[in-house]
Amino acid sequence: MTVTAPSRTRAAVEFRDGARDILPPLVAAIPIGLVYGAICAAKGMSVLEAALASALVFAGGAQFAATELWASPPPVLALALSTLLINARHVLMGASLKRKARFGAATPFVVFWMADENWALAERRAATRPVTLAYWLGMAAPFYVNWIAWTVVGAGAGALLGDPARFGADFAFTALFIGLVAGFWKGRSTGVTVAAAGVTAALVYRTLGSPWHVLGGAFAGMVAAAATTRGGVR
Amino acid sequence: MSLDPQALFAILAMMGATYLTRVAGFLLPARLDLSPRMQAAFEAIPAAVLVAVIAPSLLATGWRETLASLIAALAATRLPLIGVVLVGVAAIVALRQF
Repeated sequence: MTVTAPSRTRAAVEFRDGARDILPPLVAAIPIGLVYGAICAAKGMSVLEAALASALVFAGGAQFAATELWASPPPVLALALSTLLINARHVLMGASLKRKARFGAATPFVVFWMADENWALAERRAATRPVTLAYWLGMAAPFYVNWIAWTVVGAGAGALLGDPARFGADFAFTALFIGLVAGFWKGRSTGVTVAAAGVTAALVYRTLGSPWHVLGGAFAGMVAAAATTRGGVR
Repeated sequence: MSLDPQALFAILAMMGATYLTRVAGFLLPARLDLSPRMQAAFEAIPAAVLVAVIAPSLLATGWRETLASLIAALAATRLPLIGVVLVGVAAIVALRQF
């Protein structure tokens, strides 16, 4: 494949932009990866197994849920089903991002790296310019390596880390997502969406339990946005 | 370092399930002719998904988490992303002293 100099330069700039934008989520993922690795170790998974889970599944929420179900031998069907449910939000995310992403023939490969964080940043980027493959990989590469690396450290260090709640590490994920939501704020309509999604998800979490709250909340937010929009006016 | 074949199989099953969800949205028709309401629903996806994921921590864990979330949300009006994370974590550590 020949790449002309100008486009190579542009791609390099896009890649660097991606690597710069992913930095806050990357830092926030450090304690989460450590805690994940430590839980894996406590559940009897080897360091290699924990690393493979992070490298092949690469979906924090589903991985944490799987540690709850993990046993020897592992219940494969329950694990696959729980993973499918928790990650069902990816379908909505992909449908939304597809309209903005310019990944070309690489699409079926690079969607593997779609996680909440880089997807949210791609959506933010899409407000000002198209989301290029170089930008996407600039976010994905460091974020992916970071997630695997801290999983390995956590699984290796295991119990030495102590209770993550003492350092507020368990809250880093929540705070990160609050910051990401703020990036999408477009006034009252976002407020309606956030209120509907948050309250519905909390209620579903209390009644049906996890992971149904993710889908329930996401759909409630979408319905609220649709119901409060004025027809024809955008 | 050990790798149990059954553990590997379970991890591969999780990988397959996750990949399906990741690629499915991209397989939907390219040009959907959306009504304004559907358009609004689509535009709401990012915020709705993110809030739904953290709702248990925001609203259904305890007053400390809810208050720390409010503090983080206030910080989000002023600070970049990394600042929001630091303020949020500092807030929860402080609140848990009580």
